[in-house]
Amino acid sequence: MITAEQKPMQEIIRYMAPYKKILLIGCNECVTVCAAGGRKEVGLLASALHLNSLKEGRTIDIKEITLERQCDPEYVEELNAYIDDADAVLSMACGCGVQTIAERYKNAHVYPAVNTKFMGASLSQGVWAERCQGCGDCMLGITAGICPISRCSKSLLNGPCGGSSDGKCEIGPETDCAWCLIWERLKELGLQDRYEELVEAKDWRPAGGAGPRKIIREDLAL
Amino acid sequence: MENFEPEIVAFCCHYCAYTAADMAGSKRISYPPNVKIIRVPCTGKVDAIHIMKALEKGADGVYVAGCLEGDCHFKTGNTRASHRVIQVQKILEDLGWETDRVAMINMSAGMGERFAETALEFTEKIRNMGPSPAKQRKPEPQAVS
Repeated sequence: MITAEQKPMQEIIRYMAPYKKILLIGCNECVTVCAAGGRKEVGLLASALHLNSLKEGRTIDIKEITLERQCDPEYVEELNAYIDDADAVLSMACGCGVQTIAERYKNAHVYPAVNTKFMGASLSQGVWAERCQGCGDCMLGITAGICPISRCSKSLLNGPCGGSSDGKCEIGPETDCAWCLIWERLKELGLQDRYEELVEAKDWRPAGGAGPRKIIREDLAL
Repeated sequence: MENFEPEIVAFCCHYCAYTAADMAGSKRISYPPNVKIIRVPCTGKVDAIHIMKALEKGADGVYVAGCLEGDCHFKTGNTRASHRVIQVQKILEDLGWETDRVAMINMSAGMGERFAETALEFTEKIRNMGPSPAKQRKPEPQAVS
């Protein structure tokens, strides 16, 4: 899922300072899972903004709404009923959602309330780690389910570099050496031979190297 | 402000803190009338938003009173509540408010004295802090005649 963290409160307050009527929009998917922009977080942020405005002696009006997703136009259309009443739109979705709203409502002043971080998986309650960088050419089948693009600091394709030490990456003790993990896993699976198969130089175009990416599925168009 | 009487909201769990409050009452131990008790089945029911709304609606201080650590009637409710109190304290810090305006207090059902003591302590702490920043509006600019 896409992980995100709420922006610093003072930054959000600064964005909202010129406005009196705010449409605060949450998203029921990824940002709900990582507790950054779901229904609960919408309620808390609205409350915090109210507390702040009470302290400043001004009144603000916040309409709270949480869409199922903000990255699908069908869901964003639900905002039709509320968009004209708002001076500003504060979206707690990832960058995909914020942009979809801005594209649909071209006259709206749209602001993000979270910083979108990475595509990751949950390690334990409240802990998420980066797992995928969307390189568009998945090699997890060769590397025993461990991604060297996202988990190796240098995205190496054929084994560790000289900086790998005691299973850790040279950038710091908190970062595992992905290739060490891959080798150990291949050993446990009895697939050591696969390590010897050279991976050719990667075509980075599907990874974004050729510009912003798009998928077109004509079979899905209505 | 001389005559400031703090408005305190106390979310008290039914099994411990509320019973302790009841015990204080039975033993005729006084505690400040500023403390308005809201009984919840377990402090685990109290979410961050409840504390925030209490502050929005004019509370100068809010505390969540639950069972002693390890003794929650529902096992981990008081632990969840204390994490949520910390979450609200973080929000208050980001807003530039005093984080001591919210607190987590633990006690057992028999601790009538502790209920009264902590109620008094918290009320006095908030009295010294002054009214909530939500009530400290800047004066309206004077019109020039």
